[in-house]
Amino acid sequence: MKGFILSFRSEFYKTRKTMGFWSAVLLPLLLCLLLFIGFFVKSEHLVNTPPMMLWLQFAGAILGIMGLLLLPMLIIFIAYSVNNIEHKNDTWKTLFSLPISKMSVYAAKYFYAFFLVFFCLALFVLFTLGFGNLLSVLKPGLKFNEYNIASLLTQLYFKFFLASLGILSIQFLLSLLFRDFLKPMGIGFVCTITGSILASNNWDYAYLFPYSHPMMAMRALQQAKHGSAGATVPQITVEMFTKDTWVSLAIAIIVFVAGYFIVLKRSVK
Amino acid sequence: MVISTKDLTFTFGNQTVVKSLSLQVPEGSIYGFLGPNGAGKTTTIKLLLNLLKTQEGSIHIFDQELQSNRISILSQIGSLIEQPAIYLHLSGRENLLNRALLLQIPESRVEEMLKLVHLTDAAYKKAGQYSLGMKQRLGIALALLSDPKLLILDEPTNGLDPNGIIEVRELLIRLVTEHKKTVFISSHLLAEIERMATHVGIINHGELLFQGSIKDLEALSQPLVQIETDRTVDAANFLNKNNITVADVNDHHLYVPYTSKENMGEINTLLNQNGYTIYSINKQQKDLEKLFLAITQNA
Repeated sequence: MKGFILSFRSEFYKTRKTMGFWSAVLLPLLLCLLLFIGFFVKSEHLVNTPPMMLWLQFAGAILGIMGLLLLPMLIIFIAYSVNNIEHKNDTWKTLFSLPISKMSVYAAKYFYAFFLVFFCLALFVLFTLGFGNLLSVLKPGLKFNEYNIASLLTQLYFKFFLASLGILSIQFLLSLLFRDFLKPMGIGFVCTITGSILASNNWDYAYLFPYSHPMMAMRALQQAKHGSAGATVPQITVEMFTKDTWVSLAIAIIVFVAGYFIVLKRSVK
Repeated sequence: MVISTKDLTFTFGNQTVVKSLSLQVPEGSIYGFLGPNGAGKTTTIKLLLNLLKTQEGSIHIFDQELQSNRISILSQIGSLIEQPAIYLHLSGRENLLNRALLLQIPESRVEEMLKLVHLTDAAYKKAGQYSLGMKQRLGIALALLSDPKLLILDEPTNGLDPNGIIEVRELLIRLVTEHKKTVFISSHLLAEIERMATHVGIINHGELLFQGSIKDLEALSQPLVQIETDRTVDAANFLNKNNITVADVNDHHLYVPYTSKENMGEINTLLNQNGYTIYSINKQQKDLEKLFLAITQNA
């Protein structure tokens, strides 16, 4: 356990000055800032929008592309950057000749990638809420402050996080095995497109394909939009653990274990 | 024995890279592990560090079996394999701090190491901007950081200038004599090793061709008496007539097998008395470099 914590801290220490880490911070910051500017400029048109719809428009702009493109791309990139730092510097050999168990080194890397995705999604929640409330302060006409979306937003993003576990573990393993960017990127890209097609066509077995999961997680939001069309006080519930979530979790665990055995077997270059 | 392997064999696919290697590295030695490029040195080192899984044979380090005592053994080894593994986007100091974090070593040790390898001035510079020699020195600092009992260095002087090579050599000698470390150092250059090694192992095509102390290696080569005279060829003929075998003659010197100091004196007198002017006469060890080549080429 000590080896794991030390390795995890070292992962942070190593990456804290790389694009891999900063992209997890800058991506939510820039997207939310852009949205903030857009709403700020167009605030007159939005004055009469009810608070909840306002929030749904604001958060929905990002959530809408999150499942389709943003989350899979983010995952591919993070999984790559966490492993690439060792490929690029030829440091696998030192990492595995440290007096720390191979399991700890491997697990620390794996969970660090998970942490980065989690961290990035958490920042999306934080910045969305922050900029939304800032808008209501700067433009009192926008009634962001009259509805509290924090809990719903947190649930939605957490759902996205759960949906990302399967892909992340697969992309992590691909990036661990392949030195170059094109292989994991290419495979990830093709699978993401396939996944989106499967999920958007409501294929019965899409839940078995991890790259469909972010798309399927978005349904919670679409549900929300449908619900709000008729009723005055729409009810939105996020069903956290659906079939696809369990598949995502199972894949993450299986790939983690399989990856460990590959690491054990594989000779370090 | 600090390192002791028995019948170590390793195959990549159907190519045997290491053939029943039995290394014996005594404590407190500088063991020069020599062989031409591609002889199996790096593979052996990777086996010693458990980066490659032992297929056949056994490895004992500090009298413990490697596979089952991996962590306790690795905690006493500092290593440098091929090019130093350095995070190029971090500064030299950060590279050391990162390792110190992993090994739970106090920060003060980092400054000490920077000083030792003369990188204090460049400590805050990105390692990516270091020269090859600086990277190599940082690699050595990383290997020494945990104050290990055994240092395993794979061609550590690669890319260093003569000054740097001398510095590394002196550092290693100091570590062994003053701090009772053991150094296992690989190289393809005998000249670089022979000035510091106490023991030598020569490997080629995965096979150990020679192993022993540097004196054993020297004993393999017949010492010669090198004589410089005013008339080299005549002197050689004259010695031949007097039943003294001449091993070699060239434009400047003639060589006679060395037997004893007295014998060397007699030759000197003999030549002098017969009108040859002797500019110099001395005992010479056969060039180890030639010996090394002979050993590795015969295999």
